[in-house]
Amino acid sequence: MELRGKKVIALGERDSVPGEAIAEVARSAGADVIEVRTECFV
Amino acid sequence: MDPENQGLIKRIVEEQGAEGIVVLLGAADEDAVEVAAETVREGDPAYVGPLAGVQLGLPVWHIFEDEVKAQADPTVYEEQVGFFALSFDTEAINAAMRRVRGDG
Repeated sequence: MELRGKKVIALGERDSVPGEAIAEVARSAGADVIEVRTECFV
Repeated sequence: MDPENQGLIKRIVEEQGAEGIVVLLGAADEDAVEVAAETVREGDPAYVGPLAGVQLGLPVWHIFEDEVKAQADPTVYEEQVGFFALSFDTEAINAAMRRVRGDG
């Protein structure tokens, strides 16, 4: 799996890794982040 | 995975196609991770959301997996994910991901 150049959908979770943290990591790997969400499980 | 996010992913694939799309997950609950991964590959297993019966076949990985970590800037990864990786059972989560993908 290669992240560079890929279109990433970052699905984080409020009580774990948030979407924006996933997005930052993906961008650092050369991916294009097209959507960022942080789910909230209750 | 909540219906809102299922709808979002379905719309993105309908508008842009599945080519080049990768889903990265961050949930820490093994079961939630497994359901989310299955949903974007095979469709909503609960058959309630917009992806019920919709097999998108998207590549899906967890932020804790070595394949993701190895490609990230180490400083960024440590800043953004390092704390969480120490706080959760990453091996159980990664094993769940491998099960869903059929590579473990």
